[in-house]
Amino acid sequence: MINLNVNGKTQELDADPATPLLYALRDHLQLNGAKFGCGLGQCGACTVLVDGRAVFSCVTPISTLAGRRITTLEGLGTPEKPGRVQRAFIAEQAAQCGYCIPGMIMQAQALLDGTPHPTSAEIRKHMSGNLCRCGTHMRILRAVERAAREP
Amino acid sequence: MNRRSFIASSGALVVSFSLLPRVAAAQAGKLPGSLSQEPMLDAWIRIAADGRITVFTGKAELGQGIKTALIQVAAEELVVDPARIELVTADTARTPDEQYTAGSQSMQESGTAILHAAAQTRAVLTGLAAKRLGVPAERLSVRDGAVNGVAYGELVAGEALHVRAQPQSPLRDPAGRTVMGKPLPRVDIPAKLTGQTIYVQDLRLPGMVHARVLRPPSYGARLRALDTAQAARMPGVLKVMRDGSFVALVAEGEFQAISAVRALAKAAQWDEHATLPESKEIYQKIRTLPSQDSVIHENGKSGSGAAMLEAEYLRPYQMHASIGPSCAVALYRDEALTVWTHSQGVYPLRAALAEMTGMPGERIRCIHMEGAGCYGHNAADDAAADAALVARAVPGRPVRVQWMREDEHGWEPYGPAMVSRARGRVSAEGTVEDFQYELWSNTHSTRPGPAGYLASAWQVQKPFAPPPPRAIPQPAGGGDRNAIPLYKFAASRVVHHFVTEMPLRVSALRALGAYMNIFSIESFMDELAAAARADPVEFRLRHLQDPRAQAVVRTAAERFGWQDWKKQPGRGRGFGFARYKNLAAYTAVACEVEVDRDSGRVRVGRVVAANDSGDIVNPDGIVNQIEGGIVQSTSWTLHEAVAFDRTRITSRDWGGYPILRFPDLPESIEVHLVNRPGQPFLGTGEAAQGPTAGALGNAIAHATGTRVRELPITAARLRQVLGA
Repeated sequence: MINLNVNGKTQELDADPATPLLYALRDHLQLNGAKFGCGLGQCGACTVLVDGRAVFSCVTPISTLAGRRITTLEGLGTPEKPGRVQRAFIAEQAAQCGYCIPGMIMQAQALLDGTPHPTSAEIRKHMSGNLCRCGTHMRILRAVERAAREP
Repeated sequence: MNRRSFIASSGALVVSFSLLPRVAAAQAGKLPGSLSQEPMLDAWIRIAADGRITVFTGKAELGQGIKTALIQVAAEELVVDPARIELVTADTARTPDEQYTAGSQSMQESGTAILHAAAQTRAVLTGLAAKRLGVPAERLSVRDGAVNGVAYGELVAGEALHVRAQPQSPLRDPAGRTVMGKPLPRVDIPAKLTGQTIYVQDLRLPGMVHARVLRPPSYGARLRALDTAQAARMPGVLKVMRDGSFVALVAEGEFQAISAVRALAKAAQWDEHATLPESKEIYQKIRTLPSQDSVIHENGKSGSGAAMLEAEYLRPYQMHASIGPSCAVALYRDEALTVWTHSQGVYPLRAALAEMTGMPGERIRCIHMEGAGCYGHNAADDAAADAALVARAVPGRPVRVQWMREDEHGWEPYGPAMVSRARGRVSAEGTVEDFQYELWSNTHSTRPGPAGYLASAWQVQKPFAPPPPRAIPQPAGGGDRNAIPLYKFAASRVVHHFVTEMPLRVSALRALGAYMNIFSIESFMDELAAAARADPVEFRLRHLQDPRAQAVVRTAAERFGWQDWKKQPGRGRGFGFARYKNLAAYTAVACEVEVDRDSGRVRVGRVVAANDSGDIVNPDGIVNQIEGGIVQSTSWTLHEAVAFDRTRITSRDWGGYPILRFPDLPESIEVHLVNRPGQPFLGTGEAAQGPTAGALGNAIAHATGTRVRELPITAARLRQVLGA
């Protein structure tokens, strides 16, 4: 048994300690926010926050996470009450298929938590680990800038 | 068993209705859009007594925003708030059969059908109100889902909407529109951005199990030996199934399935053969394989002459490369199969699954659920077939199959490698007097329908052979899409060499051959313009007669500031234009680049596009598509090529197939729309790819003085070319 603190709630999981966090979130806790993209830490679709820092959940075994604070997309807001970064992405209509966007939002959240007013170059650099295939990049950048602007 | 009882027995919670057999549309004259295939109004629009409005489309949301646009179309003609409309998308039990969501045709086909069906539905309702109120219909007014205050739900009764559509519709005056032509926030975005269950990847059904397929390491590999003992003993494993060389493993948990299939992979021995060409010789191969040759266009007296400019262009195999590997959920119960899939064509998929399983088609239901963007025919149908095969082996339990990244990269059908050759000559007056173009390409569609186009169908004990490839005919074309320039030349001749043997698995990748043909023709236009000592934009305008084409070219050039642009060392500007398929949206792209000669790196600066997609439904939706197309094409053009050795595909992850990342983005992208209210919808989804490639190639040539005709124009290639 492993205890995971996810979105402020501690939950007990009956899972192999080698299980990557991604599958614990999706399969055991039924959270959709983190997506499977590559399983290799190359695309960022699975990005979540661990103690406020962005990590790729597909390559992070749950054995390393006891006592740490995990935040997923669901921890930021709901459709009725989206969080600040989610609001900014919605306002900029920063999605096409949207599959990569949860990871983008988590990556942006990590950036803004540490650097409340990033430059355009800082945003591009910070987001470089996350892939988007629809080509929504310009809107994603605008959404991060908007989130930095708006309370 | 009829459809209604099948649905009831499959446990799905839908209200079914039966679509009448298709009546020959010709009887009543040509009906607009997909109404010609499905003429009954209530196949498209239903209004319940409580006023709920449901609109049905056979097209699917692929991330292009089609749901929102179709809701806008219906809301406009029904005169209701868009929020009141529920839209049901591609589902073989509920919606019209509109074949594939592909080719930028959803607005022309489904959008046009719904536009007219909604207008005619409004007319039926107005007629009912006239009867009820004893007032002539033309004196009634329709507002907010009611006729003179009587709600639609009260008016509609029985089979009132079960009528055939008419060729003509009382469409609203574009000048009075309240919903169409205005940006409406996408209906699907908030749920996607908060982790709701939207994607088939997120679907969890009671009792669902996870399956993984052990894909062969290469095309045609046969399983020689497989020791399943160790994997079968691993935690959570329920079953290892084998059918010929098709091997799948079922487990309770997803990571359990992944761990066990990895163990299975180690215990598998495959017979592999070096069936692939030398990758260095691929273009030579494409040009010399047997081909069916056809002259697809000829005007004037085209022939050899003095001083012809000549150029050859090359395009590698390129991937759809969805961010989310393909996925499907299938349930086999009571001899009926339900498949949740992100296929682009639920009806053709159903036919393929029926053929593969031997089940009658009416016992199979395919329901579209979104996946990650597909950009054409990727592995969506293959994953659905996998799920169907496994589900039949574990009846009563829903089976979820998701491909692993290396499977998606290695097995999806690629956009075909292509070769093109252009020859041309300009007259003393500076116009093209002869233009000749040839292209060599495999087919650009191996979509199911036929089971022989499904990956797993090749691997089962009794395999299904792929049918012989067929070319997609002009005017849309496949490999030859946009091979005929929209420019008017004194003489021209275009030849399509349809290469029938396929060394790699290929199918439809967004824009099909248009991407390569437009890259080639737009590159060559600049070469001809240089020969004529003409400005590239002015030279294009000289050869364009269509005023709408001229308008987007002028708009893009003006907004970019083409005329006042000053050349600086290492910097260049480029222009590209096409009308997609020569019958859909018009797009012109101007861009500037800076090339670092030492590294070969291209930095894309400003990109300015102009687009005419006909009657605009959702302007922000079009801008989003064009922006996305520009970025995706920038990635294809500067970064992407599938790598392979004689036996295997070696691009198996994002390291082996790099795509554009944030630091490679253009500095800015501007999109200017030309609206044509009341004109037909023109598909947008694939309109930007070709013009962007042309503009980039031309800008790089302008920046460096050297033209690169082989895609992708990577930093390594450019460094090599510039260093030589």
